[in-house]
Amino acid sequence: MTLAAPARRPRGALARAARAHGQEIVILAALLVLFTVVGSLNPRFLGANNLISIFSGNSYIAVAAIGMAVVIITGHIDVSVGALIGVLATVSGTLVTQGWPVWVAWGVPVLLGVVVDGLVGALVAYARLPSIVVTLGMLSILRGGLITATGGAWISGLPPDFLLAQGRLAGVPVPVLAMVLLTAAMAAFLALAPLGRAFYAVGGNPEAARAAGLSAERMTVLAFAVDGFFAGLASLLFATQLQVIQSTVPPNLELTVITAAVIGGVSILGGTGTVIGSTLAAMLFGTIASAFVFVGISPYWRGAVIGLLILATVLADMARRRGLR
Amino acid sequence: MTSVRLAPRPAPGPAAGAAARRWLLRHETLLALLLAVVLLVLSRQSDRFFTLDNLLNQGRLLTEVGLISLPMTFVIVTGGIDLSVGSIVGLVAICLGVLWKGAGLPLPAAIALALAIGTAAGLFNGLVITRFRVPPLIATLATLALYRGLAEGISEARSVRGYPAWFASLGQGAMLGVPTQLWVLGAAVAATGFALGFTVFGRTLYAIGSNAVAARFSALRVDGALLAVYGASGFAAALAGVILVARVSTTRSDMGSGYELTAITAVVLGGTSIFGGRGTIAGTVLGLVLMQALNSGLSLAGVKGDGTVVMIGVILIGAVLLTNLVRRDGG
Repeated sequence: MTLAAPARRPRGALARAARAHGQEIVILAALLVLFTVVGSLNPRFLGANNLISIFSGNSYIAVAAIGMAVVIITGHIDVSVGALIGVLATVSGTLVTQGWPVWVAWGVPVLLGVVVDGLVGALVAYARLPSIVVTLGMLSILRGGLITATGGAWISGLPPDFLLAQGRLAGVPVPVLAMVLLTAAMAAFLALAPLGRAFYAVGGNPEAARAAGLSAERMTVLAFAVDGFFAGLASLLFATQLQVIQSTVPPNLELTVITAAVIGGVSILGGTGTVIGSTLAAMLFGTIASAFVFVGISPYWRGAVIGLLILATVLADMARRRGLR
Repeated sequence: MTSVRLAPRPAPGPAAGAAARRWLLRHETLLALLLAVVLLVLSRQSDRFFTLDNLLNQGRLLTEVGLISLPMTFVIVTGGIDLSVGSIVGLVAICLGVLWKGAGLPLPAAIALALAIGTAAGLFNGLVITRFRVPPLIATLATLALYRGLAEGISEARSVRGYPAWFASLGQGAMLGVPTQLWVLGAAVAATGFALGFTVFGRTLYAIGSNAVAARFSALRVDGALLAVYGASGFAAALAGVILVARVSTTRSDMGSGYELTAITAVVLGGTSIFGGRGTIAGTVLGLVLMQALNSGLSLAGVKGDGTVVMIGVILIGAVLLTNLVRRDGG
């Protein structure tokens, strides 16, 4: 196997790109096929309004998936991110309606996200608790705390200049801009910066990383802090997209975020994956959901089709990985 | 919580002392002590807590998640996880309603078919995990979405009501003074406890969880055992779904959502290692009872329902943290 591998390795630049970014290419192709097919069935699907609503409305999932990707690359998982986004959105809305300046209402949730998930990271790294256990507990704490604090009430009366996600810069909606810039920045950081590579090293082989002088503990805390930072940003996009802030997030939001990261090519075993894939996957989910409306399939079957697609992607990914070996 | 740390620690020395010390430091022992403290505190908060009525009623509420958490212990002992159980509950509930009201089958036949569907859903998980080598977390994450989606598609947001009295008695009635479904849960606890603790099958699960490759080289039927475990998980979720329908007398497609996390919390609280290879049914039962006691006791003591959810999260992290600390300085 080891002897035969070099001989079979593809040589061309294109083939190398396909090898390294197979999952991203598969998802991009799926997106293009979807746009072509649905667009030809119903041209209004490709209208500017619909495209903006797809990309803008799902960007907070993509942003959260960036942080999730870093956690999974480091070899851990965070099942509390959905509840955290709900809590941070409520914190942000409460601050601004109580008269705090807008920059405080935007800054505090991001900071709080870093602190909460940094604490989770510390429990995982230094108390050696499995991340799924800590974040499962955190999910309960945050979900229960949110409903207790808000009593299920929505926050309304948000000042217009608070509504970040409804703004546009040079004609591009702010959430789309934020998603593209954050994805590009994080992709470059993870691929090129030594600190970015360290996440892969720790996730791929903690012992080897330790031997190379990396502290797995510190990288774990850092990965969760990054996760909290992106959850904070996602909560801002989520909180400011409507005129009110609901006291609940979409059900199973954490699973959607994890799925986006994993379908995007982040191996759940740690050590591989990119955030470009996770962002593309988040957009794919949003596009599928919207396509249903335009093709006229009963929306009741939407979940089943998305589930089937997720399963097909996972199986194709496993087959592809086996083929590469 | 602090009272647990005061658990007596025999002086190190002779072998008998060391064995006693190991037993005292077992997660199950610590958990039983914690449970005793919690029950004591809760009974002082409200005189309605320690009444037979309340305890039996709590048992009724505990059954659905309880049934799911038993095979979930198997799954986690093998180092896997099953996130799709909540969705299987919903799918089975909807299938039961549609087969009975929609297809006009007699209710017993509809129940049997619904149980078969749930078991098939679990076996499918096992197939994806063993044949395609998809990590269990990802495989069941995908089927979580798939099964819930199927439930929504089949139901089209319609609910089915009007179940006959004999069926409702499964979820609301009592046998010899004990809620009907508690008998089912009791039998399931006995069967799974025996299977995990005293059979070759149970030892196989521990071997898989400790080292799947070594288990394979030891000629253990790893894939067959995993298939059986995920099938059992699907069957238990199906049974929980049928009992849930009988208890609330209606079917909706969102039934059972979130059950997977509650069941996993109970299992992990019960001392089963999320990395596999360690865990007992006794621990899971203690974890379940502790969670339900907190739910009931705190709400009787005036804490709002969501405050108890917070408490369960704190206890989950605290219990695992405590076991880790005690184990480390206990050697």
